[in-house]
Amino acid sequence: MDPVLVAQGVVSGILFGGVYSLMAVGLTLIFGVMRVINFAHGDLMVWGMYLSWLLATRLGVDPAVGFVACAACLYLLGAALQRGLVDRIVDAPHEMQILLMLGVALILENAALLAFGPEPTRVRSSLTAWTVWVGPLFVDMARLTAFAVALALAAGLGLFLYRTDLGRRMRAAADNVYGAQVIGTDVRRVYAVAFGVGAACVGAAGALTASFLPFSPALGLSASVASFNIVIIGGMGSLVGAFVGGLLVSLAESLGAVFFRPSLKEVVSFSLLILILLFRPTGLYGRRLP
Amino acid sequence: MTWIGLGALAVLLALPAVASPYLTTVCTLIFFYGYLGQAWNLVGGYAGQLSAGHAAFVGVGGYTATMLSLEAGLTPWIGMWVGGALAAALGGGIGYLGFRFGLRGFYFVLLTVAFAELLRVITSNVDAVGGALGLYITFTGDPWQFQFQDTRVYYYVALALMVGATLVAWLLERRRFGAYLAAVREDESAAEALGVNTFRVKLLAMVLSSFLTGIGGTFYAFYLFSLQPGTMFGIPLSVEIIIRPIVGGAGTVAGPILGSFILTPLAEVSRLYFGQGGWHGAHLIVYGLLLIGVVLFLPEGAYPRLARALRRRGR
Repeated sequence: MDPVLVAQGVVSGILFGGVYSLMAVGLTLIFGVMRVINFAHGDLMVWGMYLSWLLATRLGVDPAVGFVACAACLYLLGAALQRGLVDRIVDAPHEMQILLMLGVALILENAALLAFGPEPTRVRSSLTAWTVWVGPLFVDMARLTAFAVALALAAGLGLFLYRTDLGRRMRAAADNVYGAQVIGTDVRRVYAVAFGVGAACVGAAGALTASFLPFSPALGLSASVASFNIVIIGGMGSLVGAFVGGLLVSLAESLGAVFFRPSLKEVVSFSLLILILLFRPTGLYGRRLP
Repeated sequence: MTWIGLGALAVLLALPAVASPYLTTVCTLIFFYGYLGQAWNLVGGYAGQLSAGHAAFVGVGGYTATMLSLEAGLTPWIGMWVGGALAAALGGGIGYLGFRFGLRGFYFVLLTVAFAELLRVITSNVDAVGGALGLYITFTGDPWQFQFQDTRVYYYVALALMVGATLVAWLLERRRFGAYLAAVREDESAAEALGVNTFRVKLLAMVLSSFLTGIGGTFYAFYLFSLQPGTMFGIPLSVEIIIRPIVGGAGTVAGPILGSFILTPLAEVSRLYFGQGGWHGAHLIVYGLLLIGVVLFLPEGAYPRLARALRRRGR
């Protein structure tokens, strides 16, 4: 095996890992705070991608800037979903929650199909053509930007959760709803913000990748499954776990593509998942089983 | 209730003699999805373990019987049992992984989804089983190869499958095992405290359910004459499998059948209607709305509601 090829695999794996981490952080935040699995997570990402496409084709906004607007739209969509639907089933049995989210996922995916058609598309960005050579390795600027922004957003989310009053209340509600209510937390508001922030994370992840990852409405499902994978591997509800898990899974997939073949990269991440479930079902950073 | 069931069965047995070919086809699909829903119901309804990856068993069953038929010339009438056995082994493996640590709810859902997706990706990459293009079965019309000139045969085979699975569910419900399943579903810790081996009960339900689903895979493959990784293992098929029993009433004998009678014609008509208008995917939006509606307004499913209404009128 050519060492340059392997090194290139490591670099692109880590660069894409930032995006995976951001997706998984959004999912784990929603799960950690209200114990609801967002089956529509990948479809929200696809909507982030199409919004960035709309911004780029209609208004000429480069996705490297437009992702902010996409994240804001997805925040509103997420908060609205929480207020309108998820709020009614937060205390329902989990199969009901899963079914409701599956319904939302079906609607979002097929609404995208109706609106944009099934053909894969991508967004033109001034960054995609720009590559930098570091010795024998090349770094694609669009991917590097996506990585840097994803890292910054995840760090920002960490600061928000640990340094602001609302963030602390969110962690309190995740830990003990009753206790959070006792100290005067508006749990419904916290839930809506958490869902909105989770959706904004994955929407930003979508907008950032839209310039180098061809997308179609059908991508939502595999993006959801990839996020679930990462979150279980990292430990459900753990933000650090989701972040590390994203980098790890992306690295494993990228090396899998180098050593086997690109279409088998998912087999690598699923095998990782099964190993984790066999030997450490709480995940890398999980403390206890839900 | 039994009399209504037997009367309906008599009508369905006589129906192909008078019905149009289109109606026969829709009924065949109703029975087939009713069968898959009933098979899922054993683990998803009665035992309350929500498997969202049941397509994995359809795929394993279908691919096994087809490969045995294409490569070894083995008749699908035998191959379907081999496929069912392999699907049951897979179900046992997934169940073992999931139930060993008492993984409940979320973990089990994601585990089953992950296995179905894993198998989909593997099949798309193994050229010996057709790879991403899939397998095609040439039509010979040989009943020994599970191919029939007369589409009414498929109707009766599907009806037999649905009735058979329903009998299994009905018998289980009346046995000690059925009571164990209900105990596990309602309160697992309490069941365990009373001495029920919940791990074994859940595992058995999973094995039985995946076995039946695997047998259904053979029918699916030989009814469609082609197998693609996406259609055989994909999440859309898993959703088709779980949505009917849940709409009809999970954990009841009649639920999956009622659900299939409600949803299959709706799906076929809306697919036809929206498909002609070029509105692909619109029927799945209808599904999504229906799922949300059921969760919010009819969480126990249609059958329990209907049964209560009938009882009230009978009084």
